[in-house]
Amino acid sequence: MAAASIPQNPVQDFLKKPINVTLAMIAYVVVTTVAMVLISNSRQAALYPLFNMIGFTAFILSPILIISIPAPNLWRGLLLVAFVFFVVPVIGLVNTAYLELAIQISLFAGMALGLNIVVGFAGLLDLGYVAFFASGAYLWGMFTSEANTVFRQNGWTVDPANFYAFLVLGIIVAAIIGILLGSPVIRLKGDYLAIVTLGFGELIRILARNLDQPVNLTNGSQGLHSIGRPPLPDFLQSLTDGVADFFQIPLAAPGPIARQLMFYFLAIGLIGLIIVVARSLEESPIGRAWTAIREDEVAARAMGVSLVRMKLLAFATGASFGGAVGVLYAAKQTFIDPTSFGLLQSIGILVMVIVGGMGNIKGVLLGAMIITLVDQHILNNLSALIRAAVPTLPSSLDPTKYQPFIFGLLLVLMMIFRPAGLLPAARRRLELLAEREEKIEEEPKTKKVK
Amino acid sequence: MSIFESRGATRRFGGLVAVDSVSFAVEQGEIFGLIGPNGAGKTTMFNLITALTPPTSGQLLFQGQNIVGKQPHQIAAMGIARTFQNIRLFGNLSALENVKVAQHTHTHANVFAGILGTPGAREEARRVEAKARELLRLVGLGESADEKAKNFSYGDQRRLEIARALALEPKLLLLDEPGAGMNPNEKGILSDLIRQIRDQFNLTIILIEHHVPLVMGLCDRIAVLNFGQLIALGKPAEVQSDPAVIDAYLGD
Repeated sequence: MAAASIPQNPVQDFLKKPINVTLAMIAYVVVTTVAMVLISNSRQAALYPLFNMIGFTAFILSPILIISIPAPNLWRGLLLVAFVFFVVPVIGLVNTAYLELAIQISLFAGMALGLNIVVGFAGLLDLGYVAFFASGAYLWGMFTSEANTVFRQNGWTVDPANFYAFLVLGIIVAAIIGILLGSPVIRLKGDYLAIVTLGFGELIRILARNLDQPVNLTNGSQGLHSIGRPPLPDFLQSLTDGVADFFQIPLAAPGPIARQLMFYFLAIGLIGLIIVVARSLEESPIGRAWTAIREDEVAARAMGVSLVRMKLLAFATGASFGGAVGVLYAAKQTFIDPTSFGLLQSIGILVMVIVGGMGNIKGVLLGAMIITLVDQHILNNLSALIRAAVPTLPSSLDPTKYQPFIFGLLLVLMMIFRPAGLLPAARRRLELLAEREEKIEEEPKTKKVK
Repeated sequence: MSIFESRGATRRFGGLVAVDSVSFAVEQGEIFGLIGPNGAGKTTMFNLITALTPPTSGQLLFQGQNIVGKQPHQIAAMGIARTFQNIRLFGNLSALENVKVAQHTHTHANVFAGILGTPGAREEARRVEAKARELLRLVGLGESADEKAKNFSYGDQRRLEIARALALEPKLLLLDEPGAGMNPNEKGILSDLIRQIRDQFNLTIILIEHHVPLVMGLCDRIAVLNFGQLIALGKPAEVQSDPAVIDAYLGD
């Protein structure tokens, strides 16, 4: 232990050892988990929203902390598996609202990772990403909804048991739509590309709204209701009951909770798959070609990189992730309408990527977590807290009404203080620093040349 | 048959004729110099050959085949590689990654092989890595393979560009002022390197260069451009004593 001779902060010194930091991590998980149980059992307390807000945020950040600690991969992996497949489901049984939040976070994380391929890896700014999500959701919705569409009228609907086939189909359809969007915009860059993709996103939303005439495909602005759900495997039901029995958790509605658990595991499986694919692509020749295009298009072309092929591949890959998440989303919500796929959703997903750190998979996961939490958990609890304190608060001052404002503020603050995101990709961080340095050096340089 | 031939290549930018019906042929294995005052159209000529700028008229033949109308990446795949006058490395990638990118046209693993990490894809990744390191050693950058390209000195960046171009396994290599920003000693080393890669990889090289001793010592033949027009073509000694050339460089 020669390194220990340098005087250091004792806490830092302690956390340098893998065994200590792992134990500290386990302690963190245990403490937050126990806190979650206690908080869930004290819903009548005046400060419940405050504890709920802070407690769950601390709790759900655990997976990001686990993958960040300096410990052997095996330990981190085991810890992560234990947290994701055991701790979260059990807490979800105690309080189903938490399970719902965990599912939402996973779904948005999946989409953010898809957008990250397009924006973060290939550097193509896409403001209409929600279109791919919508195409996946409508694909499953149209074929299984009980709404009075042309599919229902003609008996074209499919058995919800075909869900997994449609998950694959959703990937393929979204990829094709990605290529259709990509082909005309290959030569566009930056702002121009952003505007076209924005228009494309709106186009898909308006199609969804207006395709109830002359043939009713999407049921228009009424949306598709009673969308099919994949059948619940028996073992999951008995497992849910067994676990609830063991921990003596009273289940209000065992069936729906088991179903929620199924969606949770499906969402986790899907983002697991997306992470693996995104990581292998990043390190493959394709990922290198994307980075080359982002760095210098001209040089990339001269070095044999086909812009058309690589950009289309980026659009298709990113889109396919969105499509898969869309299929799962429609099955979980059982109701979709055009308002779920607006520009604000696209921007929300982009904010996740930017806040987390463009191009960095871990950062994007963190961004998805934070934005979803703010949107669906923190603002609600803040609202409840303020309402309890000031019952006469006018509803126009309710925090939940300030969601777009908060996102905007967050973006402005990020651009000022951490332009590369909370967890920047190593390459991106250098780029941004370099731009600042170049600006300082620029003037004398140009003078010298002339 | 010449490996490369330009037949009346012309490029206009509005009223300006940057390259004005230039015709010349380059033989296999030659080191061919392209010189001329600033703004003579040398780099535009390179851009025409690599399809970064399409010619307004004229033909460009590579191994007897007209390459006008092809995309830059197709030209690269056919075996024409280049370096850039205003260095265009992927600055935030390491030297090693820069060289790996250029092997793109010689890798075959598709998306699915890459995702699944098939033995073929892994084998290929190893081969790409080994070749990239070998090329870096060749240009004298073997020690700093993992350093970001932008942190390199000017001369090292130029050498890295050569390594990157070689990774394309070209038959014709276009070097745009490879010696710019180098001191005389470095330029000597560069001359040796250019000869060495020509022999080792069986290359034909077209070279744009301002430094007269370097061009005269290195090139087999030289073409001189002035205001987009070819004003002289021949052996270094002939070109050097050509009155039109002297006039272009020293005249009003």
